[in-house]
Amino acid sequence: MTTIDRPLDAQADEIAVAKQPPKPGFSWQRLGVPIAAFLIAVFCLAPILWQLLTSIKVNADISAVPTVYFPTRFTLNHYTELFTRRPFLQYVLNSFLVSILSTLLALGLGAPAAYALARMRIPGEKAVLAGVLIVTLFPYILLFLGLLEVVRALGLGNNYLALIIPYTAINLPLTILVMRSFFQQLPRDLEDAAKVDGFNTWQMLTQIVLPMTLPALVTTGILTFISAWNEFIFALTFITREDMKTIPVAAAQLGGASIFEIPYGPIAAATVLGTLPLVILVLLFQRKIVQGLTAGAVKG
Amino acid sequence: MTTDAIRQREQRTGWILVTPALLLLLLVFAYPIGRAFWESFFTKNLGSELQPVFSGVENYTRMAFDGRFWGSLRNTTIFTVASVVLELLIGMGIALVLNQAFRGRGAIRTIAILPWALPTALIALAWTWIFNDQYGVVNDILRRLGLIETGINWLGEPTLAMIAVIIADVWKTTPFISILLLAGLQSISNDLYEAHALDGATAWQSFRQITLPLLMPQILIAGLFRFAQAFGIFDLIAVMTGGGPGGATETVSLYVYSTVMRYLDFGYGAALVVVTFLLLVLAVAIANFLLSKLRARAAGVESR
Repeated sequence: MTTIDRPLDAQADEIAVAKQPPKPGFSWQRLGVPIAAFLIAVFCLAPILWQLLTSIKVNADISAVPTVYFPTRFTLNHYTELFTRRPFLQYVLNSFLVSILSTLLALGLGAPAAYALARMRIPGEKAVLAGVLIVTLFPYILLFLGLLEVVRALGLGNNYLALIIPYTAINLPLTILVMRSFFQQLPRDLEDAAKVDGFNTWQMLTQIVLPMTLPALVTTGILTFISAWNEFIFALTFITREDMKTIPVAAAQLGGASIFEIPYGPIAAATVLGTLPLVILVLLFQRKIVQGLTAGAVKG
Repeated sequence: MTTDAIRQREQRTGWILVTPALLLLLLVFAYPIGRAFWESFFTKNLGSELQPVFSGVENYTRMAFDGRFWGSLRNTTIFTVASVVLELLIGMGIALVLNQAFRGRGAIRTIAILPWALPTALIALAWTWIFNDQYGVVNDILRRLGLIETGINWLGEPTLAMIAVIIADVWKTTPFISILLLAGLQSISNDLYEAHALDGATAWQSFRQITLPLLMPQILIAGLFRFAQAFGIFDLIAVMTGGGPGGATETVSLYVYSTVMRYLDFGYGAALVVVTFLLLVLAVAIANFLLSKLRARAAGVESR
């Protein structure tokens, strides 16, 4: 089922290293490409920057017609309001707790499974892989009705586990696919040598394989964290207690005292705060994210 | 130890490693889908006091005459086709630019992933604000350009609301496609283009005759992923319009959600889940068929 079977690192290196000089023959490219690149940056950043600007405008400027593009007055009131009038810190902590725990669980369950699927001949391996591939395409709306019953039957309503368990599961397929392709590229000799040296399977896995696996674990971990942080429908359905909500749901439900009083400023501030951790992740781990995404998708 | 014994032990260890993950996948994916199939043959709503009463295919016949269901299916189709096609076109353009050598490429590539990584619900809030009828920046720009006199009620007009949610979705998920296509572009050897240029081919001919065919697997994979996600779109539309105005942007997902959570009609909701699932499986089967045909052709070309 593989289209591109090349080491992940080789792909990443190509991404990092400037590859080719401008082709001879079309000199318009020398002018056109930087302009296009600039437009791409504007296209990708403008909505976020606009929300950032809104979040530090005073109310009078937010609701000014015509729109104020270069405000002269700035305020942090919208941010302080989130923390004083609402349990925003709690939302942030909830999001972190749920995302980190499901990331660790997905790695803890997914990596061993990926190792077995890459290294050991298991009967039914093909069927397992095909199943894993297919479920990556399932929209969560297909799952929420059945999960709602599971959550009710187990009494998990308003319990972090009602989010952690599904988040772990929905990220397992990608974890398994990416980790499996990583293990397949790992030279087998090392493991054989460890066995010759008298390591048992457990020692071999924890002392030889695991340390080498760390980069791949970080890659898939980041993808899982992003997806758990962003999830909406399960968080909306299974958690109704105000102080247990995650950021996406809490932000979407920010409302004023009446329909005529929509708190544009605090909504913008909540958007900025809720996206900030992910912006930082992207800035730090851009290469790993690209690597993981391409490996995960291309293995399909 | 005989080889058979070693192999048996390996298989056992293998299954021990795979089983926990597999059980969780069965619980979260297989059980809900299977459960929906079962429940779709029961009436379980406020009328039956939330007790399941066997009703055969009644839910499905009801669906056949449910205008709201067909409307939501139409909206889903419009949304999916429009956003996936636009995303493929724009994503291809971005990938082609990012594949060129220019100063600051690393920074632009980082920026170009950003929208994909951010929470859809929050992005929906940002776009709701951009399309705000009174203070929105889109209306302000149109007013300054003299194209309109008074603000357009973007999210309050059926067609415009659909356009607005499609724009927001295109912004959010085009990066996913350009990442995949860029990886594909980087795997195409530069020699091919040079040889082609020597033969006197123009840039457009190179694109048509080299880039597009070699990139086809990535295009189909990206398209398939995006198709499945767009078909199940929920958070973006739920936050931006809630399915409104008057159901004009209500997709199947939103209809399923309100059937279950608002009208507490679990049996009918299950039938809707089943039909959505089957439609998706059908689409994936078609895409998979195309993909394998394409690969067979590519393999044939290589072996020549």
